[in-house]
Amino acid sequence: MADTPALELRGLQAWYGESHVLHGVDLTVHKGEVVTLLGRNGAGRTSTLRAILGLTGARAGSIKVDGAEVINASTHQIARLGVGYCPEERGIFASLSCEENLMLPPEVRSGGMTVEAIYAMFPNLRERRTSQGTRLSGGEQQMLAVARILRTGANLLLLDEISEGLAPVIVQALANMIRQLKALGYTVVMVEQNFRFAAPLADRLFVMEHGRVVEQFAAAELVAKMPLLHEYLGV
Amino acid sequence: MEVFGVPLQALLGQLLLGLVNGSFYALLSLGLAVIFGLLNIINFSHGALYMMGAYAAWMMMEYLGLGYWWSLLVAPIAVGGVGVVIERLMLRRLYKLDHLYGLLLTFGIALIIEGVYRDQFGVSGQPYPVPSALRGATNLGFMILPNYRAWVVVASLVICLATWYVIERTRLGAYLRAGTENPRLVQAFGINVPRMVMLTYGFGVALAAIAGVLAAPIIQVNPLMGSNIIIVVFAVVVIGGMGSILGSIVTGLGLGLIEGLTRVFYAEASATVVFVIMAVVLLLRPAGLFGRER
Repeated sequence: MADTPALELRGLQAWYGESHVLHGVDLTVHKGEVVTLLGRNGAGRTSTLRAILGLTGARAGSIKVDGAEVINASTHQIARLGVGYCPEERGIFASLSCEENLMLPPEVRSGGMTVEAIYAMFPNLRERRTSQGTRLSGGEQQMLAVARILRTGANLLLLDEISEGLAPVIVQALANMIRQLKALGYTVVMVEQNFRFAAPLADRLFVMEHGRVVEQFAAAELVAKMPLLHEYLGV
Repeated sequence: MEVFGVPLQALLGQLLLGLVNGSFYALLSLGLAVIFGLLNIINFSHGALYMMGAYAAWMMMEYLGLGYWWSLLVAPIAVGGVGVVIERLMLRRLYKLDHLYGLLLTFGIALIIEGVYRDQFGVSGQPYPVPSALRGATNLGFMILPNYRAWVVVASLVICLATWYVIERTRLGAYLRAGTENPRLVQAFGINVPRMVMLTYGFGVALAAIAGVLAAPIIQVNPLMGSNIIIVVFAVVVIGGMGSILGSIVTGLGLGLIEGLTRVFYAEASATVVFVIMAVVLLLRPAGLFGRER
């Protein structure tokens, strides 16, 4: 492809204090793609997302967001390039109402979803808009955590375990949401434990182990790669 | 007319004095609360910065011939600027460490500032006149109300409530509240959190400086005025709940009033009543009256 990748990691290393968690991650995500990072706990998937935004400790290597090198940029500057982050712990603020949580992230680009469009996608959030953020149910909090980065115009979404601990009907709603986002042209990097949720959504899948990407393949190769995945993931 | 054997005039007079003191407690503990919320630093130099605010007013009058109203505008900006420099050069290095380091550093800064002012101006107080527009008193029928004291109470209340409104009801305040909970995530949304922290410290310090200017015509401007009041203010903060905005305002005014009442009914205890209340609150509600357990 001739166009600039939405995200390009080359030899990315990262540390939390003394502990070396990423050992040279190589990963390219094209615009409009949905990719999934698979791997066991501790393989470095969450750390990869955090390192892209500079939320780990020291980093080395190369991170290009839409062609711009950001390995030395600070967290808010990287976010301003159009990166939206939904952390694994959801990060809903207890001292803010549902609507304040939704309106919190500043616009980083034009072309984000309108609040109306978001409420159309997540009707629950409209009903609960005056509730304290952390009084929402787990599913509502997860929707809120994703919804608030759709408003900002960020077009590269880093979603960490969004299906974790949710009822099947909500997981289904989230899957529909990812399809809608893909149709709208968003680039999505998902970290998922829930293989059944992630596999049908992704264009490509990456397998991580020991802080590296050890395998990558397109969705079409999934069936052929299943024995390998069993070996890596123990699924 | 008497209330419990105390002349009404005396009672109202002490209540007004309590309210004036409470206004200073509220302004100062509000600044401490704002700073503690976002920076996690117990700003022990707050008293010294309050004193700097009063001295800024005195110096502007003495050296530049600029009056009270100019001071009220310029002193908070100047002293707030000093706060910004302190944050940039020193406090920033301590955020990842325990609370204790920030407390020790700011305590050291307070001692240095006070030492410099003592060396320059001595320990005797400098008089500062009440601005001409606020001289005199108003007869309310049931009591004589000194205009300047009324102004202090009203001005403090307006500043405190405006600050509360901004923090609890606006988008800027939402950034601050969210930053208090999870600064890294707020920064991951694209907000320049380090700059927000710096300006927040500057604002908290500016509140102390405003209190200093308001106090200048009431008390003698002297280098130790900060350390005299700051111990009580810390008690107010502990009672209200560390970092609680509304708690610091309500507790500040309330304890000022309680002090005033104590002065009427049992004057010997007026200097200690705040600390007795603090001890009781710590035993019954360790997070403070308005505080949340962390």
